[in-house]
Amino acid sequence: MSDLYREIIVENYRHPKNFGHLKKPDVVYEKANTLCGDKMRIELSIDKKTKKVSDIKFSGEGCAISIATASMLTAKLKGQSISFLQSLSKDDILKIIGIDLSPTRLKCALLPLEAIQEAIGR
Amino acid sequence: MKNNFNLQLIRESFPILKRRINNKPIVYLDSAAMSLKPKSVIEAVSGYYSKYSANVFRGIYKLSEEATEKYENTRKKVAVFINAETEREVIFVRNTTEAINLVAYSYGRLNIGKNDEVVTTIMEHHSNFLPWQDLVLENAAILKILDIDKNGLLDLSNIEKVVSKKTKLFALVHVSNAIGTINQVKKIIQIVKRINPNCIILVDGAQSVPHLRVDVKDLGCDFLAFSGQKMLGPTGAGVLWGKKEILESMPPFLFGGEMIREVYVNKAVFAEIPHKFEAGTPHIGGVIGLGEAVDYLSYIGMDNVRQHEKELTSYALSKMREIKDLDIYGPMDPEVRGGVVSFNIKGVHAHDVAQFFDSENICVRSGHHCAMPLHTRLKISFSVRATFYLYTTKEEIDKLTDAVLKVKKIFR
Repeated sequence: MSDLYREIIVENYRHPKNFGHLKKPDVVYEKANTLCGDKMRIELSIDKKTKKVSDIKFSGEGCAISIATASMLTAKLKGQSISFLQSLSKDDILKIIGIDLSPTRLKCALLPLEAIQEAIGR
Repeated sequence: MKNNFNLQLIRESFPILKRRINNKPIVYLDSAAMSLKPKSVIEAVSGYYSKYSANVFRGIYKLSEEATEKYENTRKKVAVFINAETEREVIFVRNTTEAINLVAYSYGRLNIGKNDEVVTTIMEHHSNFLPWQDLVLENAAILKILDIDKNGLLDLSNIEKVVSKKTKLFALVHVSNAIGTINQVKKIIQIVKRINPNCIILVDGAQSVPHLRVDVKDLGCDFLAFSGQKMLGPTGAGVLWGKKEILESMPPFLFGGEMIREVYVNKAVFAEIPHKFEAGTPHIGGVIGLGEAVDYLSYIGMDNVRQHEKELTSYALSKMREIKDLDIYGPMDPEVRGGVVSFNIKGVHAHDVAQFFDSENICVRSGHHCAMPLHTRLKISFSVRATFYLYTTKEEIDKLTDAVLKVKKIFR
């Protein structure tokens, strides 16, 4: 279980990538973690012609799992198409963070993806 | 007085403490949410199911009479335990939440109307907050909140601004489940009754009845609500105590079997208290188990339980104050604090702390502990909470503080 706090997760928690705000986002969406009420805000810029993510930022207060997952996930999404974002699943997230999670903590890991998919689904 | 407090014997009577996970013992520090159960309670419950699991009151046969006698015996034990005038004032419910809802629905809907005021405090568990919030919204009444001071104690300096002649009911917690504050309930009730002798007072005893001596006559309250599952009893069996005259004036909350004297097509005559409030088959096995839990606690002695927890709290606070980057919430004086230590490690989310603790078999709560208004008031969104009971040891607190240091190292 101390695997959970592998350096990479702690590092991404302490210095998250893409943490902050976009100047003129096309989509803004906020979602709460049902476990604890922590909120994550997603901001996306989307190229209208290519339908690809030109930039993405996230913000909010969260645990190491949710922040680190958001950091590692958002890093993979720039330049990707909306349909690629929509095709991502739980298994992709588990691959990204590379550790086993209990059902309750899985909610923390899935929060960023759920927020992103709900944001572009609207 | 003979002191029956023997920590080793106490621990031996809790079968779960023998359990090992990954070859390591369990460090159970979540008793405020759920107490562990001694063997005698477990056996009393299984004894009911294996020897006389009949319904109460209905059968004219030995099994049912045995069940009825044991069930009603718990009522007598509880009445003695909290020093009630009569066991008729003891109503069995599921838990504190149901007890408070019973009062809000039955007493509250009848007596609290437009522009009447209900007072509660910022440190309440949601179970002593939401029933009142809902009641005032429904009946166009007004909810007023008593604040805390910087030490986490109820701020009585301007209680006159909150409690008035318009206050119909004052609901307050005896011991805070989130920050451990032991409210000086007797004194507060005296102040409130001086301002408004007609104000009805409900005390949430969920965290006090299991941990210290509670005497309803001495406190001077009108209602006391508490849960069996936090005082060594089974889940689903709790108590509402109320003054006889008030309970008799209240309409039933739930309607159905067991709570009537006569039923006609167009009217019914309800049973006397307490059965008026116990519609349907109750949690007989649970109530019998609760009776056994009361026996256990009475044998140990509530003053001894409190003394042990005070020593643990004092020990934990003094150790944890030494740790840098640790925010501890609530009063720092163990005299006014129950066995509850809530804290945050700077820069680390409570869930991450709790999850690391779990890897060391240390069971704590993380989150807002069903006290969101209090967490908002403290300007935090979560905390880690370790809570103690009569079976908790200093060695377990050492394991807790060691684990805190390990978390700090990982997230340094």
